[in-house]
Amino acid sequence: MPARRKRASSSRSSPGVSALVDSLLRGNKRAAAKLISLIEDDEPEAAEAMALIYPHTGHAHVVGFTGAPGVGKSSLINRLVRLFRARGKKVGVVAVDPTSPYSGGAVLGDRIRMADTGVDPGVFIRSMATRGHAGGLALATFDAVRVLDAMGMDIVLVETVGAGQSEVEIASRAHTTVVVEMPLTGDAVQTMKAGILEIGDVYVVNKVDLADADTLVANLRFQIEARDGWMPPIIRASALEDQRIDELADALETHRAFLASSGNWNKRELDRARQEILENARRLLAQQVRGPGTGGESFEALAQRVVARKLDPQSAAARLFQEAVGGTAQRQSRRAKSG
Amino acid sequence: MATKIRVLIAKPGLDGHDRGAKVIARALRDAGMEVIYTGLRQTPEDIVEAAIQEDVDAIGLSCLSGAHMALFPEVVKLLRKRKAGDIVVAGGGIIPEDDVPKLKKAGIKAVFGPGTPLSDVVEFFQKAGKAKGA
Repeated sequence: MPARRKRASSSRSSPGVSALVDSLLRGNKRAAAKLISLIEDDEPEAAEAMALIYPHTGHAHVVGFTGAPGVGKSSLINRLVRLFRARGKKVGVVAVDPTSPYSGGAVLGDRIRMADTGVDPGVFIRSMATRGHAGGLALATFDAVRVLDAMGMDIVLVETVGAGQSEVEIASRAHTTVVVEMPLTGDAVQTMKAGILEIGDVYVVNKVDLADADTLVANLRFQIEARDGWMPPIIRASALEDQRIDELADALETHRAFLASSGNWNKRELDRARQEILENARRLLAQQVRGPGTGGESFEALAQRVVARKLDPQSAAARLFQEAVGGTAQRQSRRAKSG
Repeated sequence: MATKIRVLIAKPGLDGHDRGAKVIARALRDAGMEVIYTGLRQTPEDIVEAAIQEDVDAIGLSCLSGAHMALFPEVVKLLRKRKAGDIVVAGGGIIPEDDVPKLKKAGIKAVFGPGTPLSDVVEFFQKAGKAKGA
């Protein structure tokens, strides 16, 4: 486990950012909030802030919640926050809601159901809009998780946008993924579809106070298989009536212990590192090829030629890529061909 | 990515009427802002805590119960205590005209009564967000 609570000073950092990070490491909520905004707005200091924060992360258990809108993700999280607080753990929450594709605005309403936690100093909740990012998450979601991790949270609960059948990004980013379902949402074939119903480490059938959950539980049980030595449990819960939330909390802790003892924790960390490096490289590349000063044909000129059917999009991308990465890319592609 | 204006819309005190707050939330959303709505029956402490965690530029308080003279200034006071006095606070609801100057003196930057055009409210929060973001 990494060393914690050290000062974040570094010779090349600007005083504003390193003061904020120092303050964060002392558990200051305003500093945490400011740093998350900095990252979310992709301000110039964001990369510097993340570089200072990163060494202080790796302690928190990151748990993702996904499922259709209205199945009770926020309400379950609210109950869990209180329960983990009672068990002496500090809890962070990052709750994502969609950004309007038309106005760019958003109404972030997850806090309404998390109002119980009020002014508890061991709880930090942040709402986040997707800002055009697909997959049920915002681009900055997991950097925000890191801010909360560095702040000293023991567990960070991430609520995705009410996801449909294919918003599965959360599974590759969280240590534990909770898929939330509710009764009366479809027949047996719904539970056989690929995608969201395959990614759970823990399944919750919520709202068991409303209707008979036996059919759904039976269908899920038929479908769910052990993966990497872990058999996902199915928990029948009612967030409204506070039923079996302790069972859910226990399942999350058991899964964390399993990940650590089976070596899967490190495997997931490594998968995540690979994915993040690639994602960031992709982002840098996109910035590079669209930005000015890449020389040769500009992005816009290529777009015009594609529209005029003088060039196909794949060839245009290849040219852009070669211009952006230059000799390196050519060497790499030669190596790839020969290898 | 550009800086987004973030606004907290909150209902302090024992007041179950939130149609107005929802209309405002919707209007700000349609103007491209990120609106955090925290729901009914919040204490000033809850509201200030949420505003800090969400790092909002401004707070819009809605009160139709008559308790605005106690609740609105309390929010401003608590923000200052938490060194977050830079967060702009505005209020709306059923607020007698005589109370408006007193609220402004207590640090409430604007008071929007019934009949206020939505565009006035939107404009206020846009200015508040830009002034703070700059």
